[in-house]
Amino acid sequence: MLGLAVATTAAMQSCKMKTAATAVQGDAASKTYVAPGKYDEIYNFVSGGFNGQVSVYGLPSGRLLKVIPVFAVNPENGYGYSEETKAMLNTTNGLIPWDDQHHLDLSQTNGEQDGRWLFANANNTPRVARIDLTTFKTMEILQIPNSAGNHSSPFITENTEYVVAGTRFSVPLGSEDVPISSFKDNFHSTASFISVDKTSGKMDLAFQIVLPGMNLDLSHAGKGPSHDWFFFSSYNTEQAYTLLEVNASQKDKDYIVAVNWKKAEEYAKAGKGKKVPATYAHNTYDEHKQTATSEIKNEVLLLDPKDCPDMIYMIPCPKSPHGCDIDPSGEFIVGSGKLAALIPVFSFNKLTKAIDGKQFEGDFKGIPIIKYEAALHGEVQKPGLGPLHTEFDGKGNAYTSMFLSSEVVKWSLKDLQVLDRVPTYYSVGHLMIPGGDTKKPGGKYLVAYNKITKDRFLPTGPELAQSAQLYDISGDKMQLILDFPTFGEPHYAQACQASLIKDKQVKFYDINKNGHDYVAMGEKKANVVRKGNRVDIYMTAIRSHLVPDNIEGVFVGDEVYFHVTNLEQDWDIPHGFAIKNNPNAELLIMPGETVTLKFSPDKQGIYPFYCTDFCSALHQEMSGYLRVSPKGANVPLKFGTGETVTSVAAK
Amino acid sequence: MKQVSLLATVAATALLLYSCGSTPQQADTEKPATDNSMAATTPADPAPATAADAAKGKGKFTTVALTDPLDQKMIASGKTTYEVKCAACHKLSGEKLVGPGWKGVTERRKPEWIMNFITNTDEMIDKDPAAQAMLEECMVRMPNQHLTDDEARHLLEYMRANDGKK
Repeated sequence: MLGLAVATTAAMQSCKMKTAATAVQGDAASKTYVAPGKYDEIYNFVSGGFNGQVSVYGLPSGRLLKVIPVFAVNPENGYGYSEETKAMLNTTNGLIPWDDQHHLDLSQTNGEQDGRWLFANANNTPRVARIDLTTFKTMEILQIPNSAGNHSSPFITENTEYVVAGTRFSVPLGSEDVPISSFKDNFHSTASFISVDKTSGKMDLAFQIVLPGMNLDLSHAGKGPSHDWFFFSSYNTEQAYTLLEVNASQKDKDYIVAVNWKKAEEYAKAGKGKKVPATYAHNTYDEHKQTATSEIKNEVLLLDPKDCPDMIYMIPCPKSPHGCDIDPSGEFIVGSGKLAALIPVFSFNKLTKAIDGKQFEGDFKGIPIIKYEAALHGEVQKPGLGPLHTEFDGKGNAYTSMFLSSEVVKWSLKDLQVLDRVPTYYSVGHLMIPGGDTKKPGGKYLVAYNKITKDRFLPTGPELAQSAQLYDISGDKMQLILDFPTFGEPHYAQACQASLIKDKQVKFYDINKNGHDYVAMGEKKANVVRKGNRVDIYMTAIRSHLVPDNIEGVFVGDEVYFHVTNLEQDWDIPHGFAIKNNPNAELLIMPGETVTLKFSPDKQGIYPFYCTDFCSALHQEMSGYLRVSPKGANVPLKFGTGETVTSVAAK
Repeated sequence: MKQVSLLATVAATALLLYSCGSTPQQADTEKPATDNSMAATTPADPAPATAADAAKGKGKFTTVALTDPLDQKMIASGKTTYEVKCAACHKLSGEKLVGPGWKGVTERRKPEWIMNFITNTDEMIDKDPAAQAMLEECMVRMPNQHLTDDEARHLLEYMRANDGKK
């Protein structure tokens, strides 16, 4: 069957190949081939799902360029293990070494990507992260109180005024102890609005809107005419708290929650909110000190829709909607009911008229419900089974993933007719068109991130890499041009033209601007300092030796801190650092950077340490020894490198 | 079949392009790889006009004005840079550590050569005969420490002071 399909495709392709030129255009290999030494056109940022990280691919080649550690420790470069980065993963429950990373959004100005920051959500322990696109480093992580299952996040408004976080699992506000069966009375979902500083990108939890107990699923901001609005899909408006598979699928329609965030902002400023105690961590990485700090905050501003009229409306949407996507013009709101056999498309223009004309059909816990037909632009009939997510090409077309029928369906926003459909392999989740959720989508490529891989790649035991598929969407018909395996489990992804960020990359850190508390500014400053049982080693690394590389006078029970400064001032010359039997990780130290590895030896012995990143022809020589003596032994503190080792005594 | 031969043609063309005047890219060259849309070529180097020019090495420094007497401020600044960026590999004596000791370097090399070598390190190691000879001796490519022009000039002054110039 499959063989036949392949043969047919091949036959069809060969029919088109009239001349050499058309043959090249019809050739998937030439469309995705990026010659050795050449660059991809596009950076593709892909959520890592259950690995908690973000991976970066080049398109159209599908080559993996980098894995950015965000919500999970990363032994590869010591993120979450080094003393400088532990604070990034701090929460009100201490350091959490893992999370589930689902969605990404690139910062925007006037509804277009500006290439400054990438926002990422943590689903399990609700948090939002900001990644700097000049360093591909996680710079900030903000925990979200009064929330659980931070799924409809981190979507942003048109000018990155706010990043949102919405509750998938409703929970009681605060920490009261209540029966689970009191869900309807005590459980709430919240929509959090995090302000983003225009210059620094620094995040602050501005306010939280308290909503009835239900599951907020996905969200997107309005744009253009709908700039002031944010839309969240919801399910389980049945308010079930057990066997949701059945009990949360009872109603024919759930809701798209339309939030006028401009109004909410005004209410917050006008003092309509209530400040309540709530603890949450705010972690920031300081590039000058090269160190992260974690601050625990104690208060949050809650907005209750009861006190804030005209702020929120519910739009009925069939059935258990998942994706909630806004077209480039800002006029159309596409809700994808994952159990529905159609795709409803709402009109922002009609929505505002319905609100003005009070075309309501009751309320949901006090929030007005707009009449379905009053806000409806139309329905895409028989699109496929299990519509999940929609992206746009900027040419009037929408592309919706169909999970159950494993296909991408292209349809027209204007007349809601299905134009084309292509299979995916298999069970597609999110789709991504570069800029496909902005005002200016790139209409060339579409990537489908599939949930099930089965037979697409060489088998690797029970666990398989998830498959992504690249389609050429520049013509009338979509064309599959590449399969590539991904890392973790991708959910949403973002992509932008490489030119937007590639020339802004930091290549190394200026050693003269290194403000780390434990920097060794040159080998002359290399040192070992003991205070009680704490030993600070100010170490330098340059091709290809460490100073000091012989250290004695350290005892069992000491806490040893290796502060390693990489003295190199050239691009792509990191040094690594690791020491035997350390139940921690290794470090990767970028040129001009200082990074700290803690080691608490509990046994006496000679511990070799070495550079773990191949750095030169004499890399194998880049090593040293730490002597750990029994507690109380008469061994003076001694350290050095080369001939100095014997002459440098304890200071 | 058609596809295969076409791809082979593309590959062959690419190969041809590559062989035209391009040099293999070193892992640690400062220059980023060229853009997707551009052929990977480097401009041909004009041959040095005279042996005297060749002794100045490759780089932007063609004439360096020397001070007389030495500039003490430049020496102090050069010493600071030396300690942060150079001392890990170069001693002030004639003894080799990772790279050669600095004693006598201002006698062995022209000031322009020194300035070019410490600022245009990768091209010098790739193309300058004297620098290549040093690489064979030391077996470690000198790191490009991204010195500013001022830092380089101050280091030269510090080297001259180290060589006993007044």
